[in-house]
Amino acid sequence: MTRLINRQPSRYSRLMLGLLPFIVLFVIYLVTSDARLAENPSDKLLPSLGSFADAIVRMGFEPSKRTGEYLLWQDTFTSLQRLGIAVGLSATIGLVIGVFNGMIPYVRSPLSPLVTALSLIPPMAILPILFITFGLGELSKVVLIVIGITPVIIRDIQLRTDALPSEQLIKAQTLGGNSWQIILRVVLPQTMPRLIDAVRLTLGSAWLFLIAAEAIAATEGLGYRIFLVRRYLAMDVILPYVFWITTLAFAMDWSLKRISILAFPWYHSAQGARND
Amino acid sequence: MTKTEPPIIQINNLWKEYGDNVVLERVNLSVQAGEFVSIVGASGCGKTTFLNLLLGIEQPSQGEILLDGEPLDPEPSVERGIVFQKYSVFPHMTALENVMLGQEFSESSLSSRLLGRLFGSARRAAKAEALDILEKVGLGPAADKYPSELSGGMQQRLAIAQALIRKPRILLLDEPFGALDPGIRKDMHKLTHSLWGEQKLTVFMITHDLSEGFELGSRLWVFDKTRHDQQAPERFGANVTFDIPLSTGQENPEQLAKLQAVKPSAA
Repeated sequence: MTRLINRQPSRYSRLMLGLLPFIVLFVIYLVTSDARLAENPSDKLLPSLGSFADAIVRMGFEPSKRTGEYLLWQDTFTSLQRLGIAVGLSATIGLVIGVFNGMIPYVRSPLSPLVTALSLIPPMAILPILFITFGLGELSKVVLIVIGITPVIIRDIQLRTDALPSEQLIKAQTLGGNSWQIILRVVLPQTMPRLIDAVRLTLGSAWLFLIAAEAIAATEGLGYRIFLVRRYLAMDVILPYVFWITTLAFAMDWSLKRISILAFPWYHSAQGARND
Repeated sequence: MTKTEPPIIQINNLWKEYGDNVVLERVNLSVQAGEFVSIVGASGCGKTTFLNLLLGIEQPSQGEILLDGEPLDPEPSVERGIVFQKYSVFPHMTALENVMLGQEFSESSLSSRLLGRLFGSARRAAKAEALDILEKVGLGPAADKYPSELSGGMQQRLAIAQALIRKPRILLLDEPFGALDPGIRKDMHKLTHSLWGEQKLTVFMITHDLSEGFELGSRLWVFDKTRHDQQAPERFGANVTFDIPLSTGQENPEQLAKLQAVKPSAA
């Protein structure tokens, strides 16, 4: 009899087993929702599939009666724009500071303690400061995300830079490279796939900060909408929005992984088959 | 090689200590261009420290190492090529790019200075030269492969090719074949030996394998401590206790037996 730790599900059964929990949750929802609605047809807590469909059509495919905009798409566009600018900015700052911190002792000595200290500040605690300093516009939301995730990216990149075998750096020096050439040709390219990993890992926090900032002060955005309709207990809008945000997050994570595999084949082949 | 020629490497009264721990003491040696020095010795007797001193990543506590009569640069430089046991090649570059990197770093053109890259005719020339060296070490067909796609032996061939492209004055090999299978190791010995003859290299090779040292070297150094203090073993450093000229290309059973009889720990 094979040990449990050695038994592998087939491809087909792995897919089925993966879907199973989702199906179970879905069925549980349907049953409970039905039970509640049978008791009180105007119950708002667990809406039926029909009211979800209505809400999605209302939010996504009919212009808003007040502004004439398609709210879901307008919210999505605004949120993704904030997230994209913030994550792009964080990745750039994180890469540059992380690599220089890791490679140049004279940069590391003054910057490393600062980065550690900044990374320990809970970003939500300084949100009021950001609103006061940068106003209630786009800037303060972007800055919150940047402050939240950049220190993590910096520290990750710095660790990865430190982890480069010293043999490689010595070899590069014996090939005549100066500091700049070595950073550019040896260190930076090897950090890029790790930057993508770091961004994938911090995307969760980025969404958290985005929605928090939108919940507090915004006039559009996915987080704003959820917190707005909360007042009317509009679960028929909130749940599809949450589902949509999850889908967006998954799509970003998946695309980053694909980009990494396509752009850095050497990284993934060295790591073996563990690409997830 | 006549005695009147100045030595390529001259070591004068070299000491290396870490605090109270003396690693090397009173090392005085000179090496002529074209010699192949095999370095053996028990673990922890300063072989690696000696190589690090030659490489420039550590500095002598006393004394000096002269290369062509001049003190060594205090950091790794193009005069000294190196092949480590592993991690010598860059995993994010193909074999060809790995070898070309040396030339891309060296040119005085703006693109080399700013980007570490070459373009146009300079790039074509560098590529031709790199392909030539890859061909010599038997990696011609693998030029476009990444190191992770190469076997351990091929990776070491690549590391050698990469080290040779800048035509270093001395080539340092730090247990270059230690991680390879015996059959592959034999092939690597042949390659190293023929490259040494062809390119008139001066080589320092650290090895754990005494017979490898005998087979490849034109000269064999045994690092060991000449004095021992039972109470404080770190008080005395190692020196080259045997400096044996070898007729290269063949093992000398007499010398091997003599050496193993005197110092079993050397093997």
